[in-house]
Amino acid sequence: MTTTTSDAQSVYVPSPETLGAVLSPGARPPRPSALAASLTFGWRAMLKIKHVPEQLFDVTAFPIIMTLMFTYLFGGALAGSPGAYLQFFLPGIMVTSVVMITMYTGVGLNTDIEKGVFDRFRTLPVWRPSALVGMIFGDVLRYVLAALVILGVGLALGFRPGGGVGGVAAGIGLLVVFSFAFSWVWTMFGLILRSEKSVMGVSMMVLFPLTFLSNVFVDPGTMPGWLQAFVKVNPIAHLVDAIRSVMAGTPDATAITWTFVWSAAFVAVFGSLTMYRYNRK
Amino acid sequence: MTDRPTGPAIEAKGLVKTFGETRALDGIDLRVPAGSVFGLLGPNGAGKTTAVRVLATLTRPDAGEARVFGHDVVREADAVRSRVSLTGQYASVDEDLTGVENLVLLGRLLGHRKAAARARADELLTAFGLTEAADRQVKKYSGGMRRRIDIAASILNTPQLLFLDEPTTGLDPRSRNQVWEIVRAVVAHGTTVLLTTQYLDEADQLASRIAVVDHGKVIAEGTPGELKSSIGSGTVHVRLRDAATRPKAREVLALALGTSVELAADPVALSARVEGSDFEASTQAARALSELAAAGIVVDDFSLGQPSLDEVFLALTDHPATPEKEAVR
Repeated sequence: MTTTTSDAQSVYVPSPETLGAVLSPGARPPRPSALAASLTFGWRAMLKIKHVPEQLFDVTAFPIIMTLMFTYLFGGALAGSPGAYLQFFLPGIMVTSVVMITMYTGVGLNTDIEKGVFDRFRTLPVWRPSALVGMIFGDVLRYVLAALVILGVGLALGFRPGGGVGGVAAGIGLLVVFSFAFSWVWTMFGLILRSEKSVMGVSMMVLFPLTFLSNVFVDPGTMPGWLQAFVKVNPIAHLVDAIRSVMAGTPDATAITWTFVWSAAFVAVFGSLTMYRYNRK
Repeated sequence: MTDRPTGPAIEAKGLVKTFGETRALDGIDLRVPAGSVFGLLGPNGAGKTTAVRVLATLTRPDAGEARVFGHDVVREADAVRSRVSLTGQYASVDEDLTGVENLVLLGRLLGHRKAAARARADELLTAFGLTEAADRQVKKYSGGMRRRIDIAASILNTPQLLFLDEPTTGLDPRSRNQVWEIVRAVVAHGTTVLLTTQYLDEADQLASRIAVVDHGKVIAEGTPGELKSSIGSGTVHVRLRDAATRPKAREVLALALGTSVELAADPVALSARVEGSDFEASTQAARALSELAAAGIVVDDFSLGQPSLDEVFLALTDHPATPEKEAVR
């Protein structure tokens, strides 16, 4: 790859004949289906990962640091040993890490708009949400990657899920469904806020309370009543309960149902708000 | 594409768009005939880009209405979108992707299957002289190449109406000429082009009709010739051998032409507007030249020309069109 692009190309002389040939209107293909358009935008996200692989740093290094740090920081104090704590803690830190990564969807969208490519997408006659859905499809790959990295670290440190491969897969599946839905919160902020810095700022303000004031790190039984009340309705807590249960091989139907309800609600509310903003930007 | 439209490409009435305190569009009316280049000419911040964004369905107008080939830009946005393409500062391609990836991506979004999208991309890259750069990320392209890939992306499906928002801003003269050639080829193929520009010569070169936009309003509209003749028959430009003779030359010219004489920044140059019909203008100019000679003033260069669009703009708005023009070019 060279950077001396202008000299080699400056000899270009537009020829009316060749331009005419490509301008002759061929048959217009039918417009792509909503799914095809979304998958094409998903392909774009893959290409971006291919060209800027550094962006995978946050989905690999960050989860490893989180897992190691909290396992050894809290393990001894809360469960007697890091190994014992890990059995309780791993599904929770998996949720925390992946949900924190969802904010990059908003940051990425904000950057995309800044760079100007979204206006072209918005003038295409395709299903309107497909650009955003495709973008989140690409992010789902990152979520899976982050979850697998944490699982790998956990297994190496001694995490032994009772639910086996099926239970773990189901847990990651729940996490991906929820994260896909939760990403729409960030697409909305990505469209509303002016800079990626402010998107980051808002995400941190939402994510820290949501992930820490939950059952991720400790059993809520020791918390004051008002805090327990919050944890009870915190979607992150429901998700963690659901994932813990399926990974342990004892599925908790209530928690799983709540996870799906929350996911549907996030898509319905924030998906609609996002599209409202997207259409009017 | 078989239903070649017969009505105007664009019909807009009273478009208003405000952003906070700013009235970006303050009641714009436009009628763009199909099959030609229509120039929207105005300085930075005149409202050109906002007008294009409204017409390309990207921005909803606060008031007024606009139709593109008879389809309302708000209520029938999808019908409009399938007929137009937009190239501009904010409707670009993905710089992280390569040239060919961008074209394949957009081709697939227009419904082409993978192989067809790839074939179309290769065809366009060849026609736009970008074959060698096909596998390079667009962020590594030069300005001219960048503009070419932008336009190539806009004609993946040959649009009936192409918006070009300041297509040559920041380009060197050679790249600018390439873009102009491309625009001419696009129009020769029956596509209507709405071009925004702050460069008067560009509008003059390409557009068959021009609307001059200032503060969100159309302040004049017509062919380049009409706009020029609207402020007088012509202008006499004189260059003297010796700067010291300029005060004398000014007196002579003022007397011979009966109008005020402008002194240019160049100490040997002066110019004067000529009134009356074309024939009267010619005789007056001839008399002016012979009287300069009679007064013993050596003239290096003497011309009678139509006023430049620059002068038109100045006359229409009382402020120059592009104070930063020289700096940008």
